[in-house]
Amino acid sequence: MASETRRKTPEDYLRECQAEEEAIAAKDKGRLKIFLGYASGVGKSFRMLDEARRRRERGQDVVVGAIQPQVPPEVAPLVQKLEVIPLKALGDEAAVDVDAIILRRPAVCIIDGLAYDNPPGSRNATRWQDVKDLLEAGIQVIASINIQYVCELHGEVEAITGKHVDQTVPLSFLHSADEIEIVDAPPEESLERSPDELVQIKKRQERLSKLRELALVVTADIVDHQLNDYLERHGLRQHFGAQERILVCITPRANMTEMMNTAQIAAKKFHGELIVAYVKQENISPSDQSALDARLAIANAAGAHVEILEGADPAETLLDFARTRGITQLFVGHSQRTGLARLKGSPLDKLIWEGCGMDICVFPQTEND
Amino acid sequence: MTDQRRGRLKIFMGYAAGVGKTYKMLEEAQDLKASQVNVVIGYFEPHGRAETIAKTEGLEIIPRKKIQYRDSVFEEMDTEAILGRHPRVCVVDEFPHTNVPGSERSKRWEDVEILLAAGIDVLTTMNIQHLESLNDQIWQISGIRVRETVPDWVVEEADEVVMVDLTPRALLNRLQRGVVYERAKAEKALQNFFREQTLVALRELALRQAAHEVEHRMADDDTRRSTVPRKHHKVLALVTANPKTAMVIRRAKRVSDFLGAECFAATVQPTGDLTGLGSEDREAIEKHLNFARNLHIETRILEGDDVASTLVDFGRRNQVTQIFLTRPNRKMWSPALSRDPVQKIIGLAKDMLIVIVSDRERVT
Repeated sequence: MASETRRKTPEDYLRECQAEEEAIAAKDKGRLKIFLGYASGVGKSFRMLDEARRRRERGQDVVVGAIQPQVPPEVAPLVQKLEVIPLKALGDEAAVDVDAIILRRPAVCIIDGLAYDNPPGSRNATRWQDVKDLLEAGIQVIASINIQYVCELHGEVEAITGKHVDQTVPLSFLHSADEIEIVDAPPEESLERSPDELVQIKKRQERLSKLRELALVVTADIVDHQLNDYLERHGLRQHFGAQERILVCITPRANMTEMMNTAQIAAKKFHGELIVAYVKQENISPSDQSALDARLAIANAAGAHVEILEGADPAETLLDFARTRGITQLFVGHSQRTGLARLKGSPLDKLIWEGCGMDICVFPQTEND
Repeated sequence: MTDQRRGRLKIFMGYAAGVGKTYKMLEEAQDLKASQVNVVIGYFEPHGRAETIAKTEGLEIIPRKKIQYRDSVFEEMDTEAILGRHPRVCVVDEFPHTNVPGSERSKRWEDVEILLAAGIDVLTTMNIQHLESLNDQIWQISGIRVRETVPDWVVEEADEVVMVDLTPRALLNRLQRGVVYERAKAEKALQNFFREQTLVALRELALRQAAHEVEHRMADDDTRRSTVPRKHHKVLALVTANPKTAMVIRRAKRVSDFLGAECFAATVQPTGDLTGLGSEDREAIEKHLNFARNLHIETRILEGDDVASTLVDFGRRNQVTQIFLTRPNRKMWSPALSRDPVQKIIGLAKDMLIVIVSDRERVT
């Protein structure tokens, strides 16, 4: 896309200034790296502590700030090689000893299991807030979390596992991580097999597969944000189409129900994003207006986000919007023009000629209109 | 003789060299050996990486086969020797590799098919950029036209696809420390393929593909159990001599795979075969039809003088729901005369979804 030729707008300069200021503010903050898994036993702790070991071998000052009460046998020898700052006891429970860690000032601190609530009387209510404090103090943190404890995924996870979880970490905290790495393994290897329980195993594997898919998609979404941040920070207007993004264009005679159905299925299958848009037009006939309103209602009922665009040339306005948002599939209805109007070329013709970088999907019209 | 059980295929999927695919695969081989499973290395590419080489210790390696080609001797996996040795599990690095001319089979994934057919389980590695249907997107992201590709159906048939993840930052660190390539090659790689935004985008693609593979395998289980028929999509791609046809076929296949649809590719010729064409067009169309067949797409040569009406008729008779086309050349596009087949198809097939696939562009 024509990014090179575009002149910088005041907004561009403003964004650059903000990015610079943020970079200065972030300089003294510790980096956060999160290992994400979809179940216990996939090897998050091992991967995390193995990284700690490698960093130590490279001369970094690494301490362990929290480790799960029960570690798998392959993890224990890794922990033994590292300095551990014990949890601070508060009654029967315990929390990360943030003060002790800050006093010790390591370069890197390992925090296993982000989703713990701290006992009453602790510095913070939750462990992920403790991590924030460590980062503020300039200490790098490597942490692990199970997808099942992400707050916003609560409903989805409960629907899969049938279990309610109380302790959660907000998704925004995962997004704030400088790096996130998924620990992936097919379910069968994270399970002990017992031939007597085949049906149970099948069900459990299916649950785990769903959680695994969820973890992969959440990681992909976070990576997508990172990519967009990177491109924005560097003033690049390039889109890579790594995520499918579908734009449904509303026109007065579009078969909205079918377009929305297809778009929703495609968005779900591709784990993609769905946007609905229409270009506001002056001097629109009352019948067209009511047809538009009916279609808007369908989009709204489907829970879609509708963007209202303004521009003299509808096709150009849609394409501009599609390019800014990195659209990969543009859904549009068949052209209505006949006779003389066709000689000039319809907006659909224009979308097809100029819709570089995306698929133009031309839908059948409604039969009734 | 009893029925031969097909071996299980497990793919370790990554997004770039150096993320640790081979390491992870060998780790699993070591675990298998530790639990008394009969496992051998059929092919291993050391790339001079010490940590990875150390992971092969104690594992039996089947010697490679030497093949003379022109003035040099090349080494390839010795599939026949592995069959003779018949282990329970075989480790095969670099799944998308193309064998040197003169080899029994042209692709390593075809060698792996032989091992699987013989009932041997295979562990193998590949990067997302070698998946055929992503070829155009990979070019858009990296500027590289990947030649060694694996058809999507081969990956879909794998029993497991595991994502081997590493953050781009960690990968770039490895590269700078010379873990992945030696110094000079690393410098070059950092300027080209290993730019941060390229890596981040490839990683996102790999994660989404891995999620799709998980869902695909669950859906497989579901369809076996479920008796409710789902709305069926049928996708048809128009094959012409236009070089962009390959892109249309890839995209049509990818969309069909994600929607669980059937996919056809058809060309329209007045004679019903390719005899009426000049040699250049004929070769191009034959190449495209072969390409489609390799991706497991059913192909047809339709007889008809008019491309648009013949294609749309065929589509209607076969309950096609979507037609995939290349973008028309603007110069050819004439609103008044409707000469362009694409424009005519849009006009005729008002009951179908028409998808015009256009070039993915890139900024360098």
